[in-house]
Amino acid sequence: MEPTTPFSRRIFLQQGVTLASMVATIPWFLQHSALGVLPANSRVTSHAGVPEDKILVVVQLGGGNDGLNTVIPYASDEYYRARPQLGIVAPGKNNGAIELDKKIGIGLHPNLTGFKQLFDRGQLAVIQGVGYPNPNRSHFASMDIWHTGSSKGRGDGWIGRYVDCSCNGSPQADAEISIGRTAPLAMIGSVSKPVSFENAKLFQWMGKDLPSAMADPYEAINRAGALEGVTPGSQSAFLMRTALDAQLSSDRIRAAMAKTPLVGYPSTKLATQLKSVGAMIRDQMKTRVYYVSISGFDTHGGQAGSHGNLMRELGDSILAFQNDLKAQGNDGNVVTMVFSEFGRRVKQNASGGTDHGTAAPMFVIGAGVNAGVHGTHPSMTDLDNGDLKFTTDFRSVYATILDQWMSEPSKKLSSKVLGQAYPSLKFLRG
Amino acid sequence: MEGSSETMTNVSMSPISKSQWNATTARHLLNRAGFGGTSAQVDALVAMGPDGAVDYLLNYETLPSEEISATQFDRDIRRPLNDEERQLLLQARKSNDENALAQFQKLKNEHDGLDRKQAQEVQKWWLRRMIETGRPFEEKMTLFWHGHFATGYRTIEDSYHMFLQNQLFRKYAVGNFAQLVMRILRDPAMLKYLDSDESRKGRPNENLARELMELFVLGEGNAYTENDIKEGARALTGFTFEDDAFKFNASQHDGESKTILGQTGAWDGDDFARIILSRKESSEFLCRKLYRFFVNDGPEMPNSKTKVVCEALASELRKKQYELKPVLRMLFRSQHFYDTSNLGATIKSPVQLTVQTIRELGVPPRDLSTLNSATDLMGQSLFMPPNVKGWECGQTWINTSTFFVRQNLAVYLITGKRPEAFDWDENLAHWDTTALETAITARTNGDATKESDALMDIVLAIDGSAMRRQQFKSYVQTLGGPLKGERLVAALCLVTAMPEYQLC
Repeated sequence: MEPTTPFSRRIFLQQGVTLASMVATIPWFLQHSALGVLPANSRVTSHAGVPEDKILVVVQLGGGNDGLNTVIPYASDEYYRARPQLGIVAPGKNNGAIELDKKIGIGLHPNLTGFKQLFDRGQLAVIQGVGYPNPNRSHFASMDIWHTGSSKGRGDGWIGRYVDCSCNGSPQADAEISIGRTAPLAMIGSVSKPVSFENAKLFQWMGKDLPSAMADPYEAINRAGALEGVTPGSQSAFLMRTALDAQLSSDRIRAAMAKTPLVGYPSTKLATQLKSVGAMIRDQMKTRVYYVSISGFDTHGGQAGSHGNLMRELGDSILAFQNDLKAQGNDGNVVTMVFSEFGRRVKQNASGGTDHGTAAPMFVIGAGVNAGVHGTHPSMTDLDNGDLKFTTDFRSVYATILDQWMSEPSKKLSSKVLGQAYPSLKFLRG
Repeated sequence: MEGSSETMTNVSMSPISKSQWNATTARHLLNRAGFGGTSAQVDALVAMGPDGAVDYLLNYETLPSEEISATQFDRDIRRPLNDEERQLLLQARKSNDENALAQFQKLKNEHDGLDRKQAQEVQKWWLRRMIETGRPFEEKMTLFWHGHFATGYRTIEDSYHMFLQNQLFRKYAVGNFAQLVMRILRDPAMLKYLDSDESRKGRPNENLARELMELFVLGEGNAYTENDIKEGARALTGFTFEDDAFKFNASQHDGESKTILGQTGAWDGDDFARIILSRKESSEFLCRKLYRFFVNDGPEMPNSKTKVVCEALASELRKKQYELKPVLRMLFRSQHFYDTSNLGATIKSPVQLTVQTIRELGVPPRDLSTLNSATDLMGQSLFMPPNVKGWECGQTWINTSTFFVRQNLAVYLITGKRPEAFDWDENLAHWDTTALETAITARTNGDATKESDALMDIVLAIDGSAMRRQQFKSYVQTLGGPLKGERLVAALCLVTAMPEYQLC
C-alpha cells in the first residue's frame, strides 16, 4: 500500500470494508470517527467454522458451449453420424481428440491442450451431462436458471444468496467481484452485491486532479452512503450505496493490479480477466468469489473455426491462471468452475453449426479437486427430442462446492442457499 | 421524494390539471420524452400548457429536421460478388489458384476494415443526431425500438444494414406496432442476426421464431410453447434478403400446414406475426416495456400497484389497433406519469446520460468517438446491444465500475479532460456558461447564498436532501465568488458526481 495514504484511510482499506458497509446509512463524519477506533489488526469478518481462505472462481461461457465438441464421446458411432462434418475424430488421428479416458472413450477438443496438462497434474475434474429437468433453450431464460439455481430462473443469484447467508446480514463490500461490464445475476443477493469493473485504471474519479480542490467534497458526497430520509430500496438509496462501494473498492483493487504477475498470460480476453483475478488473490483480498465471463459460444453457423479458437482460449487461459496460483503458493486455496447455459443439439445443422441444446459437461479445476471424469455421459441414442438427457443436476455441483469448499459439510449451507438439498458429488477432495 | 409511501401512488390515467403544470412537471416530460434541455426550453414547454407540450413533442412531424439520404453512407462495402466475380472465385477454388484466392481474401479483408470504420461513422452520426435534433422524441423512440428489436453489428457485420434498420425504427417510431413487426421480419439486419437467411425448408432455424415470440411480441413463456416455436420457424422459412432488400425465397418456404397458437393453416411469416399479434399478451408485453422505459425502471416495476396503468395502456393499444401515438399521448398526459413517485425514478441510460448532459448544461459535445467509447464502457454501445434481449435498463446500468465511468464522462464533457490524458488543455474548460448563469440568477434573485441550491435544482431530477445541499453549499462557498465561469464549471463537476445525478 502506498505510504502517502493517510492513516485512517489505510485502516479503512485494510480492515474497514465490512464495517463501512454496515454503517452505510451513517453520515460520513461519524463513519470516520468509528474507523478511528478500529484496532490496527482487527479482523472483522471471522465466523467460526467458515474457512476464510477458500476461494471460488466462476468462468461463464456465454452463448451455449457445444459440450459434445468440448468433451468428445469418440467411441460413439452415433456422434459421428449426427455430425458428419463437425465431429472431432478419435485420438491418434490427424486433428483428433486428446485422450482423456480410454475405457469410456472420452477425449478433449484438440485445442484444449491446457486442460490436458492440468488433467495430467491431477487438477482437472470433468463432470459429464450436467443440466436440469425441463430444459429451457432460450439463452436468457436458461442463463437465469443457472444464475439463480431455481427452476424458473427467478429470484436472487445463488452466489449472492451464499454471501447473504454467510455474512449475518452485513456483507463485506468486496466479498464477491466480477470482471466485466455488468454484474452477473448470480452475484446479486438480497443484501449483497458484487464489486464489478472492467478496467482498473479507470476505477476512480478523475475530477480529483482538477485544480479546484474537489477531492474532499467529492469524498464527503460519495462516501456518505444512503443519506438520512432516503427511502430504503429506492433508486437513490441504491445509487448512494453503490457510490460508497465504489470508493471503498477503488484503491484496494488498483493497488493489487499494479503488481506484475509472476507468470505470463496469453493476451486473450479470458486470460486478461483471470490475470486480474490472480493479482487480487495474490494481494490477499478477502474476496471469496470471483466471476469472469467470455461469450461467442452461440455457434449456429460455421462453428469449427470459431469454436476451436474459443477452446484454445479457454484451456490456455486457465492453465496460465493455475500456474500463477501455483507460483503464488495459492493453488490449494482456489477452485475454478466452468459452465455454460446449455449445450447444443446432437445433430449439426445446415449452416455448419449447431443449435441450442441441453446437457453439457462442466469443469472444476484446482489442486483441491479429485481429477478425473465424473458422472455418466448422456446416452447418444436415448434422446429427448434430439437433445441429450442430463445425468447430473447442476445444483448438485453448486451444492458440492458450497458444502465442501465454501463452508463445512455439517453446516448444510447448500440447502439454505439452494432452497433444498441436492446430492453431493465427489469431485472435491474432502 | 421518489419511492416514498408507495401506497399513495396516484395511478389515474386522467390528464393532469393545468395547475399542476410547472417547471418540475415540464422538465420531467422533457427528460423522459426526450433528452432533457435547458431551463429556457423547459420554460417554453411550461408556457404551452400540458396538452400543448405533449403534442409539441409527440407530433414532431411538423418540426424541421435534418434530412437523411439513402446515400448518407456507402451501401456497396458489403456488396455481394457479381456473377463474373463469383465465376472467377469458383474457378480459382477449382484450380487451387493460390494467387487469385489470396487476391479475393485481400479484398475481403479490406472490406472488413472499411465496414468496421463505417460502423463507427454510423454510431457517431446517430449520437450527433440525438444531441442536435429538434425532434427529441423521434430519436428517443428510435432508441427504444433499437433496444426492443435488438440487433448487433458484431454478428451481422454490415454497417449499411444497421443504418437501414435504424431508419426503419425512425420511420415507425410513433407509428403502428403491428406494421413495425411486419417490417422487422423483412429487415435484412434482423434476418441475418437471427439466422433467417440460413433457415431451410425441412431444416428450419428456430432463432427468429423464438425471439419473435419471447422478446419482440409475446414475452417469455406467454401463451406459446416450444412446439409453437418449431411451427413458427417453419412459417418463416423463405424469409431472407438479397443485397439490401427483403426476398421471399419460395423454393425454401415450407408451404405445408402448421399449427401456431392453436390456429392451423399453410401459414407464412406474415400469418405467424398476425396470429401472435392477435393475442392480448402482445399489447400487455409491449406496454410493460414502455412503462419501464418511460415511467419507472425500479426493481419489480411495474408492481402490483402500478400494473393497472400498463393494463390501461394495453387496452388503449388494442382499441387503436396498435397505433402507438394515442397510447403515448395518454401516458404523457396522465396524472400517474407526473406522480411524485415517478419523478427521478428512472436511471439514465448511458446514452441518455451523455446526450442529456450536453443538452441540459450546454457543454460542448467534445469528441463523438470518445463519447461512443464511454457509452460502451457504461454498458451501452449503439448498434451493439449485448444480445437479442437488448439492454436491461434500470439498476443493471449501475455497478461500481460504470459508476466511475459515469462520473468521469461528466468531468470530460464539462472540462474536456480525458480520463487517461496527461496533456489536458485547461482552455477546454472554458465554454459559454451564460445560459446556465441566467437560469441560476432567475432562481436566486441575487441572493448568493441560494446559488448552490439553485444549481442543484437545475441539474438534479430529484430534490437533494438537506445534508446533500449543505455539503454542496460548503463547497460552493470555498470557491469565493458568484457561480460563473470557472467557478460554475468546478461546481458542475461536483454536482454531476453526486449519486443523484444518475437519476432521470
